[in-house]
Amino acid sequence: MMKYRSLIAGACLSLIVLIAAAFSFAWIPYDITQLSIPDKLQTPNWNHWLGTDHFGRDILSMIMVGARTSLAVALLAVGIGMGIGVPLGLAAAAGRGAFIDEVIMRTNDLIFAFPSLVIAILITALFGAGAMNAIVAIGVFNIPVFARVSRGAALSLWQKEFILAARVSGKSKLRISAEHILPNLTNLLIVQGTIQFSLGILAEAGLSYVGLGAQPPTPSWGRMLADAQTMVSFAPHLALIPGSAIILTVLGLNLMGDGLRDALDPKLRKSRQ
Amino acid sequence: MLQYAFKRALSLCLSLCLASVVIFAVVEIAPGDPASFMLGINAQPDTIAALRAELGLDQGKFVRYLEWTGGMLRGDFGTSYTYRSPITDMVVERMWVSLPLALYALALSTLIAFPVGLYAASKRGAPSDFAVMGVTQLGIAIPNFWFAMILVVIFAIKLRWFSAGGFAGWDDGLFIGLKSLTLPAISLALPQASILSRVMRSALIETLSEDYIRTARAKGVSRTAVLWRHALRNAMIPVLTIIGLQFSFLMAGAIIIEQVFFLPGLGRLVFQAITQRDLIVVESVVMLLVFAVISVNFFIDLTYAAVDPRLRHGS
Amino acid sequence: MIKSKKYIAATAIAFATVACTGFAASSDITVAMQLEPPHLDPTSAAAGAIDSVLYSNVFEGLTRFASDGAIVAGLAKSWDISQDGTEYTFHLRSGVQFHDGTRMDAEDVKFSLDRARAEDSTNAQKALFSGIADVAVVDSTTVKITLDKPNGSFLFNMAWGDAVIVAAESIEDIKTNPVGTGAFIFQNWVQGDRIELARNDNYWGSAPALESATFKFISDPTAAFAAVMAQDVDVFTSFPAPENLPQFEADPRFQVLEGSTEGETILSTNNKMPPLDNVKVRKAIAHAIDRQAIIDGAMFGYGTPIGTHFAPHHPDYVDLTSNSQHDPELAKKLLAEAGFPNGFETTLKLPPPSYARRGGEIIASQLRAVGIQAEISNLEWAQWLEQVFRGNDYGLTIVSHTEPMDIGIYARPDYYFQYDNPEFQSLITDLNATTDTEMRSEMLKKAQNIISKDYVNGYLFELAFTTVADAKVRGLWKNAPTQATDLTGVSWSD
Repeated sequence: MMKYRSLIAGACLSLIVLIAAAFSFAWIPYDITQLSIPDKLQTPNWNHWLGTDHFGRDILSMIMVGARTSLAVALLAVGIGMGIGVPLGLAAAAGRGAFIDEVIMRTNDLIFAFPSLVIAILITALFGAGAMNAIVAIGVFNIPVFARVSRGAALSLWQKEFILAARVSGKSKLRISAEHILPNLTNLLIVQGTIQFSLGILAEAGLSYVGLGAQPPTPSWGRMLADAQTMVSFAPHLALIPGSAIILTVLGLNLMGDGLRDALDPKLRKSRQ
Repeated sequence: MLQYAFKRALSLCLSLCLASVVIFAVVEIAPGDPASFMLGINAQPDTIAALRAELGLDQGKFVRYLEWTGGMLRGDFGTSYTYRSPITDMVVERMWVSLPLALYALALSTLIAFPVGLYAASKRGAPSDFAVMGVTQLGIAIPNFWFAMILVVIFAIKLRWFSAGGFAGWDDGLFIGLKSLTLPAISLALPQASILSRVMRSALIETLSEDYIRTARAKGVSRTAVLWRHALRNAMIPVLTIIGLQFSFLMAGAIIIEQVFFLPGLGRLVFQAITQRDLIVVESVVMLLVFAVISVNFFIDLTYAAVDPRLRHGS
Repeated sequence: MIKSKKYIAATAIAFATVACTGFAASSDITVAMQLEPPHLDPTSAAAGAIDSVLYSNVFEGLTRFASDGAIVAGLAKSWDISQDGTEYTFHLRSGVQFHDGTRMDAEDVKFSLDRARAEDSTNAQKALFSGIADVAVVDSTTVKITLDKPNGSFLFNMAWGDAVIVAAESIEDIKTNPVGTGAFIFQNWVQGDRIELARNDNYWGSAPALESATFKFISDPTAAFAAVMAQDVDVFTSFPAPENLPQFEADPRFQVLEGSTEGETILSTNNKMPPLDNVKVRKAIAHAIDRQAIIDGAMFGYGTPIGTHFAPHHPDYVDLTSNSQHDPELAKKLLAEAGFPNGFETTLKLPPPSYARRGGEIIASQLRAVGIQAEISNLEWAQWLEQVFRGNDYGLTIVSHTEPMDIGIYARPDYYFQYDNPEFQSLITDLNATTDTEMRSEMLKKAQNIISKDYVNGYLFELAFTTVADAKVRGLWKNAPTQATDLTGVSWSD
């Protein structure tokens, strides 16, 4: 059981966030589109468990709905990365050493060479701030990660006997990639996906913090921090609560990612013992 | 080897050309005109046209692309639209903040990560290892701008040990300059140190399980001695790779931290240039950053290839 | 060359620091502001930050704004106006020198004005000079300016930062090395960080108390708060975070100056975009808005409610806030009458300042309460200028119009409000031709009433000018009749 402790701890934390986000669709303590200036800047109390912000909105409700934004942006960014990166990686592995491999991997290197944060800020600043552009900006930099990881793993699979058998039986490279290689990458992709997911949450928080993430009235943790920043000195809970939400979510996902890798990758587990 | 180097150099040039096209295209199709931004809401159309002509914006995009890239080949990055000063000078000036900041953060992160990683590896599996690794997990999860906010409140506003931001310059001595970079460097170093400690620890554990280490242990060399004498040296390769990656990240990744501490660094130059539509500055600085990363990768590849001949053929 | 200049500046600063520690009373000051000038030529950019640093400190015009907004003599010590009001003869002060040692004379005035109104001029306020038909040098200290028609605000126009006197000898490098006639000499600019000025010992007027001044640029509001709290800066003009002001007021180390600006903060409305082209709809919006909630929520109480596009401290101001009292029920009724019982959807595009971003969130919520869905998008200035101001691609936006006496913009049908009212236009034409003070006052009042009754825009509040300073600093401008940080009268109290 001890072996899985980080997996369990991580899964618990992530689940809390997920439940809070899912639950917010059905019910939140207060309507967050309704501002109430006279109720502003309350510290945590019986009516508002986590206090109220500078517009008098309930922070607990904001955090719950904000979880939705963070998770959705990060998840879709991972989706973009996987959806485009994995096929590219598989294609590169299938055409190993050939022109297509070279083109894909060089393009990969090129994207890696761009300073991701600067480009994300550039994209969102130039084409308008908003959740959609944030997803694209974060997602683009997930593509080479997934392409590289899946190519690396696929290359070693191509040497395996069961693949050779499939080739002998006359299956096309495309079919082999889809039917035999891809299913064997699932574990790896889950682990990498979890890591990119947590990085995506941090990136979204950063973009929202500089005002380039989801736009109001959609709440987002990063923007809550940005709004709070001038009030930290007299209302520290405004910064501490969204900050903790980000930290706990990222922590949960990272622990879960590490735990999954240990649980799913027998080689690593052995070397740890 | 020569053939390999030639091939890689060719691909380097191709990458740079491609990068310049991508950067130029992305920045140029963006809405927003630098001339109307500078002249504000009372400007008359003919004034804007006059300024556009003065800035050379009335030329075609293709001509401007050629002028920009041609200038860069000669080492001239152009003239900023808003500041009207040579971009090369501006970049060099900002480098005096960004480069020391990146090095400072890197030094801090390495200084923290080495003992932490060593300690955790030597206590592998023990509660103290678990505790240390838990802390590093937390360090990775903390957004650095949030950490920076907290540092400012505690050390600048409440305790007043450090100034809240700004850069004192190097003219008054190394200490004054470093002091003003301390809080930013700490906020940048925290997640980096956490990552590096973890890499350090697992690299050490990996090498400790190698056969020759086991042999050394069997011969009666103490665990600590093995760790110091053998494992550490072999664990350096992944650790140095990560340090290299972190350095290039820190050069450009300080953009938000520079904002929080209002440091006149490269990141803030880009950020300001974006909002002011000083397109040529955005293009040139991003190009410079890309160039730095690509050429560092190029030399790393060459070094690896020189060391390991297998790498010259295929992947 | 650049290097050695910097080195000299650095030694000068080091020397100044040593000197300061020697004599406790300070003779230098560090003034912080949010925006950094893009370059240092006030005559070729709209950036108010240029004036905030250089106006009256480094550059001076024929006339100038005093702290109360009055127009007083500048480089011209007096002037005569011809009977028909088209000829202005300015008598310049004699013995005025530019910082590079060259003499300031009538030729420089001619050069400056001709440059500003030239064909290829890049002056952001070129309209200020449009009525000038000719600038003639009479002798070295006399200039005669001929206008094509009488203009009651010509002396006012000449006081703007865009109309300062520059010299042909130093115009080449003005953007990086401004050479003016003011009480302070430009020393050094560390881009992204600070600009340093030193006292001009050859100044024609009374010598300022300060020996040197540093302007520091801190765009981030948190950093601004921290810098003042940590006493890294002595003064912060136009402090960006009103929520922090009570803390400064409670702290004996600081003083907070609350004054007025010329900034009418309005919910600008696209008067041609349906359904906003319907006056009932605009009236409904006006009644849906709770000004006090916006002033409290966005500005933490700093700001004066306005009911029309006019500065409340101006003698001709009419309080018309009663035309648009907060009344959501009436708003709903008006919407139903206009044919939108279930409200409608529109856009609310917000530029970067916090009055707009915060005010926008509050207004969107207030509009939602009467059924209007305003979709918020946050824009940067460059995008705002392109989409909203020039493209007219917007429904609503929030912006502070900081130009003094700018009600005339409502007479421009192509202006981004898209307000086209012939009655108002002819009123403004008459106003411009009128020189009688009483009649002008009546006309201004009438103009305010027309736009208020037409609900052209949502009139929110007059922006407050808030300065935080060390408690010992004296002589700062309380109000902001123009963007300036006039340091000539600033001193330390001990």
